[in-house]
Amino acid sequence: MGVKMFLHIDQINKEYTNNKVINIVLDNVSASVDEGEFISILGPSGCGKSTLLSMVAGLVKPSSGTILLDGVPITKPGKDRGMVFQQAALFPWLNVEENVIFPYKKEMKKAEAVEKARHYLQMVQLSNYGKHYPHELSGGMQQRVAIARAFAMDPKVLLMDEPFGALDEQTRTRMHGELERIWLDTKKTVLFVTHSISESIKLSERIIVMGTRPGRIIADIPVDLPRPRRFDVPETIELEKRINQLLKEEIDKVVKEELSYAENR
Amino acid sequence: MQKIGKQFIFFIVLVIAWEFIVRAGGWTPDVMPKPTDVWEAMKRGFVDKTLLYDLRASFTRLFIGLAISLALGTALGIILAKSKTADDTLGALILALQSVPSIVWLPLAIMWFGLNEKAVIFIVVLGGTLVMTINMRMGIKNVPPLYIRAAETMGSKGIDQFIRVILPASVPYAVTGMRLAWAFAWRALMAAEILSTGPGLGYTLKYASDFGDMSLVIAVMILIGVIGSIVDLIFFQRVERNVMKRWGLDTN
Repeated sequence: MGVKMFLHIDQINKEYTNNKVINIVLDNVSASVDEGEFISILGPSGCGKSTLLSMVAGLVKPSSGTILLDGVPITKPGKDRGMVFQQAALFPWLNVEENVIFPYKKEMKKAEAVEKARHYLQMVQLSNYGKHYPHELSGGMQQRVAIARAFAMDPKVLLMDEPFGALDEQTRTRMHGELERIWLDTKKTVLFVTHSISESIKLSERIIVMGTRPGRIIADIPVDLPRPRRFDVPETIELEKRINQLLKEEIDKVVKEELSYAENR
Repeated sequence: MQKIGKQFIFFIVLVIAWEFIVRAGGWTPDVMPKPTDVWEAMKRGFVDKTLLYDLRASFTRLFIGLAISLALGTALGIILAKSKTADDTLGALILALQSVPSIVWLPLAIMWFGLNEKAVIFIVVLGGTLVMTINMRMGIKNVPPLYIRAAETMGSKGIDQFIRVILPASVPYAVTGMRLAWAFAWRALMAAEILSTGPGLGYTLKYASDFGDMSLVIAVMILIGVIGSIVDLIFFQRVERNVMKRWGLDTN
């Protein structure tokens, strides 16, 4: 005892009944996250990784189990957890600056709030775009605003749900670089959901690999490669291969299940 | 520019054709006036200021009626969107009323308010409120769930979320509602004025008709059409376009 994990996910189950068929989304998922860690949750689609993240956000309730943040159980959404979605989710009627100010507008004077927004916009290199409206920005720029907004809330943990999934390859690569730089500067605790192996290796300190049917954790892999991560060195290639193998088994299992289901009809 | 040029030529040709056809047909102005007769009637109306008084009277009623119906429609729309019971009961009534032209309420309105301004404004309010209600309700029901999730993770919920997220997110529907409310109210106003009392554009139209002055009838019709389309084109369509663009709903 004595060592209290910063974020503690304890025996989470999630199931729902559809036409009297019980569907298990998450099966006994437990994980612990230290303060300042960058953790990727990696898995094939349908493994419940986004559901797990939504539970930490407080948007979805588990069927059983608890999630503790700094010793306090999570029951509803709160500003101690910032979320970045796959879509930027900026409010189109507010300009970039007002979007960043949105979460903390009522907590401080206007000048102070604007100052803070400018600081975080500078962090994502959008200082000149404060007065622009979201529809005037590209997808990558919108997502950077969303990241600035989440950081400006100064949450205990940052939740990112495939934040670069909707961006093109080049933009995504640039965003990886930016996020890595920001994380190294701020050492914020980050939970990053993705289905891309290279993305998880590029960014995280630890990769939690999830399997599907039912959704569960199948591996917890530390990544202690030097930054910036290179993809042309043997250690990285080895790690990529290993994760690929883990995921392939999962996907093969699903394919086999589906085939036998089809044969038994 | 090209479009405006085409439209200009079209209307010129239309007026010239009208003039020649009426001349060739030999109809008298009390059956089918020529554009020149209509022009004279219009000029006369503006010189002796009757049409100016009419415009002022009509617009006063319209603005009062429209203001009431926008406020009422917004409130009703919010209630319908937020309360399932209200939606199932009051919502059904509003949909049913929507298929009743508001002018058929005039006999009742005259009994209740007398043959005066209030009866006309009542008809205008009925004309605008229902369509505003229906659009406002849709706007609130169609707020993207992502906005709501995002707002919740940023600590905004309840009344704060309603004011800062749900209401602004429903603005595109509200603007469409306003534009339709204006169109419905304008039609209702003209109908009510024809059947009730003056001054007003509709009343002058009926008055001209009673005296067989078809030139003035057409002059008033043209005024009604021109004002209707100017307000729609110059004001509402422009506002709607800007809102759609900013809210990211612009499809092109």
